[in-house]
Amino acid sequence: MRGLDLRIEPGERVLILGESGAGKSTFLHALAGVVGDDEGESEGSLLVDGQHPASIRGRTGLVIQDPDSQVILERVGDDVAFGCENLGVPRDEIWPRVRHSLDQVGLDVALDRNTSALSGGQKQRLALAGVLAMRPGLIVLDEPTANLDPEGVTEVRDAVIRVAEATGATIVVVEHRVSVWSDVVDRIVVLAAGGGVIADGAPAEVLSRQGEELAARGVWIPQFPPPRPQRSVRAEQHTLLTADRLAFGRANKAIGIPFDHEILSSHALAITGPNGAGKSTLALTLGGLLAPVDGAVVANPALAKGAGVHPIRWKSRELLTRIGTVFQDPEHQLLTSTVRAELEVGPRALKLSAAETSDRVDELLTRLRLDRLAEANPFTLSGGEKRRLSVATALATRPPVLVLDEPTFGQDSRTWSELLAFLAQLVDDGSSVIAVSHDREFVDALADSTVVLT
Amino acid sequence: MIPIAAVNPVAKLGAGLIVSLFLIVTIDWVSASTALVLELAIIAFLGIEPRRFWLRTLPVWIAAPLTALTILLYGRYEGEVYFEFLLIRISDGSIELALATFLRVLAIGLPAVVLFISIDPTDFADGLAQRLRLPDRFVLGALAAVRMVGLFVEDWRSLERARRARGVADRGRIRRLFGQAFALLVLSIRRGSKLSIAMEARGFGGSTSRTWARESRWGGAEWLTLLVGVAIGIAATVVAVLTGSWNLIVS
Repeated sequence: MRGLDLRIEPGERVLILGESGAGKSTFLHALAGVVGDDEGESEGSLLVDGQHPASIRGRTGLVIQDPDSQVILERVGDDVAFGCENLGVPRDEIWPRVRHSLDQVGLDVALDRNTSALSGGQKQRLALAGVLAMRPGLIVLDEPTANLDPEGVTEVRDAVIRVAEATGATIVVVEHRVSVWSDVVDRIVVLAAGGGVIADGAPAEVLSRQGEELAARGVWIPQFPPPRPQRSVRAEQHTLLTADRLAFGRANKAIGIPFDHEILSSHALAITGPNGAGKSTLALTLGGLLAPVDGAVVANPALAKGAGVHPIRWKSRELLTRIGTVFQDPEHQLLTSTVRAELEVGPRALKLSAAETSDRVDELLTRLRLDRLAEANPFTLSGGEKRRLSVATALATRPPVLVLDEPTFGQDSRTWSELLAFLAQLVDDGSSVIAVSHDREFVDALADSTVVLT
Repeated sequence: MIPIAAVNPVAKLGAGLIVSLFLIVTIDWVSASTALVLELAIIAFLGIEPRRFWLRTLPVWIAAPLTALTILLYGRYEGEVYFEFLLIRISDGSIELALATFLRVLAIGLPAVVLFISIDPTDFADGLAQRLRLPDRFVLGALAAVRMVGLFVEDWRSLERARRARGVADRGRIRRLFGQAFALLVLSIRRGSKLSIAMEARGFGGSTSRTWARESRWGGAEWLTLLVGVAIGIAATVVAVLTGSWNLIVS
């Protein structure tokens, strides 16, 4: 980012929006003083309280998107105390601060509770408490609710506002979903992809004046929802997979009650429920990647095509043409160093001819708008592009069943809409789509039926 | 029951090291068995749940006879030879040495494991930084890294499933393992750099001198723990010297 002129007054609550690649995260990291002078180039100046951010660490607190990456220590109390210790706060003063901060964010757990046992929403509030205990004048939040279920989103948002009211701290938050924050901030600033500011003002004003334009740039504006696909005639529906008294779980511990369900062709099934309910586990089990704890996932002959009835016993190669799975974190699935090679992995494993392989790959590159990126390294793609690539890799071997885990995480409204249209088309043409999702709009727009885990 | 869990981990580490020091300067079965008997008597009073004790010390029980077996077959050649085949030669000397080694591995390994199962990494880090004055950055960095190991295990399984889903999990096991290890490395570095940003944002690595929310206590119990270590070591040495079996390993 470059050419940004912005002045934020003490006590303001600002929501920063912008297209992906506009440098929102970089800006927040710079505010928090965690962008080193040796990392990249900088011009102009950025001052917090009139000083260089790195020289006044502790005046600014940072909460980031990924709950797992910001839990530092094993015990809740220690984790909150960590910032105070680094700032040299005397011991007698640390513990009252820790308790007070946990109170303020509404995290009512024992101080020696193991941090890894917390839910996503609790981890984010823990991070907020850790920041709060440092008594910062400015709190910056980088998509703090992007990975959370709807309850977690509300928990974290409310905690932030409670903290702002109690301490008078300035709040700067970046988030794709405007509706979460638009009612509780005083100001919205929209950054342009090339640099500079597109819009700046009171939320109602910015949203009514420039809402439509922002929506077209991929910002989620409640008044201008992204287009939903027109559904056409469905292909024939028949059973592909049956979950028969299925008990699923990890390390041989079953989660929830036995599950019976028929997975149909030309049908979209959504799996929803709070964090930790076992949605991903169920998806992996249906996808033939995790062994059932009890009961079975049975493939009908139409799907099995001679490969046996239990997907978990299929060979990796047999799975390719039957069930495709797209993981929550696309990076886990990346194997090669170019987008094109990534798409060729499946067809190669099937020993398809070179001509057939390149036909399939070219078609997918065009359909998912990845053609410009064919020679790029998959790790360098944006979140939305990585997601499209991982969907495309699964489709290259044309499996009748596609399992997706949180396919809309981190998508802007434009890529969201494209992905939705693409999946709807697949379903209409006869594929079975199983999607784990917190995203209510996505589920509404795509799912023919929904399983809610509790 | 002795409340060993509450003792400062640094003292436990120290006691374990002291016993080992006494036992590694000599190789004889008397000193090792004396130490072992004393240790087992103490362990019996620590109130460790039997199942947990056997499970955690299992590696020691496996390692000790294996080490002894190796020495029995290939160790010192001395006295009467009972069996000979190629390089294998079982003699009086190798039998004695094997026995001494077996007891020694147990006498050093068992207390080390027993002391360590009650150590909490956080308390240990507190002790290392506050009592042994190791650098904060090193200790806290290591502590944060230990917490991430659990995530690595989950990442590894996820990578394994991802490879199965991508159709490349049927063949080339060794090559795949390397690829997967590299992918894990990449993921870990990304995770690590996020964590270091989170730590830095909370003022870690700044110029202010750090305080500690919890004091790593050092009192009578800690001195006593060290003293017990010394006592076991001396008792083992004295008994061995008196029976004439003590032999300095370097001489």
